[in-house]
Amino acid sequence: MNDIPIYINGLGIVSPQKTADDNRFLEEPLSCLTNHLRCIEPVYKDFIPSDMIRRMGRIIKMSIAASKFCLSDAAKNSRESITTGIVPEAIITGTGLGCIEDTEKFLTSMIRDNEEFLTPTSFIQSTHNTVAGQIALLLKCHGYNFTFVHRGISFESAMIDALTQIQAGELSNALVGGSDELTANSFAITTRLGFWKQKPVQSLDILDDKQRGTIAGEGASFLFLTNEKHEHTYARLTGVTAFLRPLSHSELRDKLHKFLATFGLIPNDISLVILGLNGDQRNDQVYKNLLETDFQNTLPACFKHLCGEYHTASSFATWLAARVIREQSVPAVVRFGLRQPPAKLDHVLIYNHFRDNNHAFILLNRP
Amino acid sequence: MSKRVYITGIGIICAIGNNVTETLRSLLTEKSGIGDITLFNTIHKGIIPVAEVKMTTGSLLEATNNKGRKNLTRTALLGMIAAREAVESAGIHDIGAYKTGLINATTVGGMDRSEDFYASFLSDPGKGRLIDIVNHDCGDSTERVASYLGIRDFVTTISTACSSSVNAIMFGSNLIKTGQLDRAVVGGNDSLTKFTLNGFNTLMILDKTGCHPFDENRAGLTLGEGAAFLVLESEDVVKKECKAILAEVSGYGNANDAFHQTASSPEGTGAFMAMSKALTMSRVRTDEIDYINVHGTGTQNNDLSEGLAIERLFGDKVPLFSSTKGYTGHTLGASGAVEAVISVLTIQNQVIFPCLNFFKPMKELHIQPVQDVTKNIKIRNILSNSFGFGGNNSAVVITVNSE
Repeated sequence: MNDIPIYINGLGIVSPQKTADDNRFLEEPLSCLTNHLRCIEPVYKDFIPSDMIRRMGRIIKMSIAASKFCLSDAAKNSRESITTGIVPEAIITGTGLGCIEDTEKFLTSMIRDNEEFLTPTSFIQSTHNTVAGQIALLLKCHGYNFTFVHRGISFESAMIDALTQIQAGELSNALVGGSDELTANSFAITTRLGFWKQKPVQSLDILDDKQRGTIAGEGASFLFLTNEKHEHTYARLTGVTAFLRPLSHSELRDKLHKFLATFGLIPNDISLVILGLNGDQRNDQVYKNLLETDFQNTLPACFKHLCGEYHTASSFATWLAARVIREQSVPAVVRFGLRQPPAKLDHVLIYNHFRDNNHAFILLNRP
Repeated sequence: MSKRVYITGIGIICAIGNNVTETLRSLLTEKSGIGDITLFNTIHKGIIPVAEVKMTTGSLLEATNNKGRKNLTRTALLGMIAAREAVESAGIHDIGAYKTGLINATTVGGMDRSEDFYASFLSDPGKGRLIDIVNHDCGDSTERVASYLGIRDFVTTISTACSSSVNAIMFGSNLIKTGQLDRAVVGGNDSLTKFTLNGFNTLMILDKTGCHPFDENRAGLTLGEGAAFLVLESEDVVKKECKAILAEVSGYGNANDAFHQTASSPEGTGAFMAMSKALTMSRVRTDEIDYINVHGTGTQNNDLSEGLAIERLFGDKVPLFSSTKGYTGHTLGASGAVEAVISVLTIQNQVIFPCLNFFKPMKELHIQPVQDVTKNIKIRNILSNSFGFGGNNSAVVITVNSE
């Protein structure tokens, strides 16, 4: 079912890095001594009505911003839409925890005030589909609207849905995004669960840190997928597959080989493999094993030292991969090991897992 | 996407029954599951009625062979019961024999436990039992159900408010039609929580006398809980296994109202679009729809906007319709699947279950719901609607097997 090629024609991202600048590609990566990274938020008043800015949770604002950046980027790349702007045929989002800030707000007032004097705003915004709903509302987009909420493969599920429908001819384009927000309370709870490094580390150096856990992160990253190739198309989104924890390393390898074979590829064909390494040595072993068995000749890259760990972190990786392919260059900050980049970056594979529970491969090709 | 998708199994647990047989019996005898709150302590007890599943969490643990386990939410347990019944009723003995996925839907996830955790956590961030919070996210119940059934090929969760589980049917069908799965267990699970009860209460849309869908004097919805699943199988699997077909998923549509975060547009734009898309895909003309299981929550806003959209689509030939939320309450993320299972029962038994608590037609509409158990009519195609917050509107057409 991969006969209709699907292209990434627009990108929009809000992240803990200076990713808003189109002209620079992770040239000045930010590093701080911490165990959690928060996004650099844009000035919202340019595209969200000011009365709404006050009421909206951060995930909603960051996602609206990322979706706006994405659609105007796509419009730049499509002559006919530059004046009118693009209204996508579908809005498909993924989020691990949804609007957790509003959920916490409502829970807190419900408990503190013993179920009395409650106001509806935070309840209304606490539903997981608020992001996709608000984007539709602002764009007056009546098309297909979907929200996936499955842990570490929420964003992958959204891409699978879009690929399925575009390839089947049901849609010709879709706005697809992944977003999650970090709150003080969710960070406090996950700290108690042992998710994060106890002592702060320089975020760019997390891969070398020996403490257990990783650093928390957040972000919103959107792609405009379409069946039309343009001069400025970033990349072809060739395939996405998501699966539960493999029972063994050989099952993981089997999944990798089968996935690549669908597109007539073998691991050696991959120019760059972007791995979800996060500095938690137990989690990272899974990637290291695969590097050793299958990617000895492939340039490896990592990204969670830039955005932290969160359920939809792979949407940051997808942004990275698409930029790498269009610019045919791999920023120094994401490379590790001694290998030099190949002359041509044709096939970029992302392999990410979330707490070794949800695993996924995402394949992007040069258009 | 031309391949057909068949329903070969159904399972349900809701306020009117712990399985399909009990649910059917209640529907036929017009027995409502709405009553007082017993599951948790709340200031709304005795004032706002709800539709609880008539099993304690302890007995759900026992019924799923999980007695003594402390890490399961009520949401997940409801899901396990309904999904197990669906798989059994489809006659599946080896879940791994075909590429099988689980597409689940939920809106509250593990909130039934998180709200307990949070009460302690707020008093002291070092307090609260972590076992009560680790299952908070929506993916938890899905993975619990998947592991209970042994499904590993593809597992994901959808949350689009009250339209969630119709979207699970839709996504599962698309994966089967494109050959990515041979079969999919699709549905939803949601348990009653203080969070949702208080949330809907702030919107002032909970009827203190129990919901009266499509009634002139309706005053809101009644929250329910439950889970329902359908087993969807490809044409190939059905042929190869000589499977008994319960019905066909012949069409579906998803649209966004893009009007307001919670309210439906007055003319039901999104509802109209979702229904139209579903009919187009199923290649069924409006006069071939024999019954509509309406979303019909009983709120002023939904029933008016849905009613107008139905009148606009069907003109002066609106099919027989009813809301079954007077029996089950509004089961939120599970409601689309609950009503899809009820629609399959409608087709299997060729009987329409009436709208409970209907007294007076709405003045803005020319139509009124079915008020008596209706037999002796031919039911071939059913349209089932589910609309939610965020403008998420979905509709599915369930068709009698013509082969």
